[in-house]
Amino acid sequence: MAKRIGIFVCHCGVNIAGVVDVERVAKEMASYPGVAFSTTYQYMCSEPGQNLIRQKIEEENLDAVVVAACSPSMHEETFRNVCKDYFNPHRCEMANIREQCSWVHDAEEATEKAIKVLKATVEKLRGNEDLEPIFVPVEKRCLVIGGGIAGIQASLDIADAGYEVVLVEKEPSIGGRMAQLSETFPTLDCSQCILTPKMVSVARHPNIKLMAYSEVIDISGYVGNFNVKILKKPRYIDEDKCTVCGDCEDVCPAIVPNEFDMERKARKAIYIPFPQAVPSTYTIDREACLGLAPLACAQCKEACEADAIDYDMQPEIVEEKVGAIVVATGYDLYPKENLTEYGYGEDYDIITSLEFERMLSASGPTGGKIIKPSTGKEPKKVVFVQCAGSRDKNHMPYCSSICCMYTAKHALLYKHAVHDGEAYIFYIDIRATGKGYEEFIARVMEEERINYIRGKVAKIYREGDKIKVWGIDTLTGKKVEIDADLVVLAMAVVGKEETRDIAKLLKVAVGEGNFLKEAHPKLKPVESLSRGIYFAGCAQSPKDIPATVAQASATASKVLAMFSRDKLEKDPMVAVVDEEHCSGCGICISVCPYGAMQRQPSGKAKCIEALCEGCGTCAAACPSNNIEMKNSSDEQIKKMVEVVI
Amino acid sequence: MSFEPKIVAFLCNWCAYAGADMAGTSRLKYPGNMVAIKVMCSGRVDPEFILEAFEKGADGVFIGGCHPGDCHYVNGNYRTRRRVEMMKKLLEQMGINPRRLRLEWVSATEGQKFARVVNEFVEEIRRLGPSPIKKEEAI
Repeated sequence: MAKRIGIFVCHCGVNIAGVVDVERVAKEMASYPGVAFSTTYQYMCSEPGQNLIRQKIEEENLDAVVVAACSPSMHEETFRNVCKDYFNPHRCEMANIREQCSWVHDAEEATEKAIKVLKATVEKLRGNEDLEPIFVPVEKRCLVIGGGIAGIQASLDIADAGYEVVLVEKEPSIGGRMAQLSETFPTLDCSQCILTPKMVSVARHPNIKLMAYSEVIDISGYVGNFNVKILKKPRYIDEDKCTVCGDCEDVCPAIVPNEFDMERKARKAIYIPFPQAVPSTYTIDREACLGLAPLACAQCKEACEADAIDYDMQPEIVEEKVGAIVVATGYDLYPKENLTEYGYGEDYDIITSLEFERMLSASGPTGGKIIKPSTGKEPKKVVFVQCAGSRDKNHMPYCSSICCMYTAKHALLYKHAVHDGEAYIFYIDIRATGKGYEEFIARVMEEERINYIRGKVAKIYREGDKIKVWGIDTLTGKKVEIDADLVVLAMAVVGKEETRDIAKLLKVAVGEGNFLKEAHPKLKPVESLSRGIYFAGCAQSPKDIPATVAQASATASKVLAMFSRDKLEKDPMVAVVDEEHCSGCGICISVCPYGAMQRQPSGKAKCIEALCEGCGTCAAACPSNNIEMKNSSDEQIKKMVEVVI
Repeated sequence: MSFEPKIVAFLCNWCAYAGADMAGTSRLKYPGNMVAIKVMCSGRVDPEFILEAFEKGADGVFIGGCHPGDCHYVNGNYRTRRRVEMMKKLLEQMGINPRRLRLEWVSATEGQKFARVVNEFVEEIRRLGPSPIKKEEAI
């Protein structure tokens, strides 16, 4: 137990010292029982600050350290590393006097509270035991959830480094949103042309196990040792036999809208979502098919020369053991029905940006021809509405980040296709921060003579065969009324609804707009709060393709850093049963979510340290108080309660 | 002198404590009456801790955990929910207004919610006045 504790109070510039009277805190703590030394410093986390701690440990012969500074989630590791050279790192604790003190309270109460927090931290520290880390093996395989460009890039990077990847995609093909796009800003290269080689690499890579048309249904375990259950949905087609000849599709009588074309084109019940799909195979849509009911149709089976169709295929559950998980579940557009003021859902000629994207695509519903959907004619006046649902407190408050750029691209591609057409863009601000983006916007504005109108659109409705767009030009203060043939809404980007389900399985946080919450907004942008789980792409926040690819590679590098070690350190703050006094009632065994509490032949409970995650539910449940949490004992917590009151 | 409530908070490491940090990062003001003790899971909060806090003179006890279904440790918060209900009944029998014990779900992203519920709770305890246990002590 620590007898000579050193207190180091950080000013954090003015972040703490501007509110908390740090000198008074240090002075008051100097006379607290067990404290041998107390001081303040401007930036404790800086190199001189860390050296000050080292120097004082030696000079003052300290055997434990409390650093009063920011949240332990920021720098606990930093300071424990400093102390590691002198004593067990569990002899170092942090008192949070910034996030939960100086940043939220006024001066007097902040100083009072800082002293209480410090006293509580000293009490906790005095009860700490010297603990050694527990080592667990690492399963050097990675699960990647989502086969869009983010998932593809992360998978390829990890697989190229020599580790196995299990890539799970819900849809029949990988490719995600990027496969749906026409051309990409600001270079205007064809999206599919740059994506499909990567998709093919995924399919051919010896280290990638591609599981398309599959869903993750259960995840258990912990960093380095996750057990994953994946549901492989039946395609009713043998992937190996299918030659993608298309004979089955020709004879199939059931017609439904194609999701890949944003339901703007029909497909058959037996289908391939787009010609370059990977894996390259047909799939039968069970809901739409007539033939799965015994012998009702079966025309495709008769037409298939390769004999690839199997109506009896069953769903299969595959179990995989992995050490790390990358979540790259991507995005959806904000539900169009929610924008009632823009009349969506009722009118064919008011479409979303992704629908327009499909229209522009050479493989899309119109073969790349821009049409007014209600008449099939070429639209002569098109209005593009940016921030449809974004930057709007009635819908999504955030900026969707990519709409300014793709709307400029849309307008440019429209002008290239319809030379005598007029294009109008309603915008709030133009955000063009990427490389070459501002130049692209300037080109669109000047060379293509697109009418940019600064202001929001109040209402969109049909009048005859025209779509009336009412808005205001905030630069002139005048009302604007446009009779448009076609209106394209740049809908807000939201995380996939399914991201919430995945996040629940993984126990990671999801914030506004279904976006995954990273461990730190600046310094840990691809890590989740749970070790071994990483993010990539639009599942974390709206972003364009270059940012997504960069983030996916960053994620891969985190996974690879983990795989470079044979064993991982695990927190030693686990439960311990006092076996002598255990009555063997088994309550702890029933409450432990990890199966770490196990009954021994003697009838008494024992904690398996490798499985214990340290939540402490068992300790709270034990009716005879015979379970202690290491370094978070009942006694320590009660002492802390006492000093904070 | 006006009554300044003393409140002990048990915040889970993954959601509520991170949410409290978020309130700080967003510079949201709330009264300094509450001091947080970090626990790994709200399920770690032994009913004894709650009694201990009241016995030592707390006017209120706050427990913050992950939203139902989002517990970092699968289901620790469900246990907490049941324990808090039980403790509220027990406190009532002991003559302590059960409103002095408050359980809230605060996710790591909900800094605003954290500041709001602390403001509400401090206000409520202010209205309820000092804990009856403390008054007896004074006599």
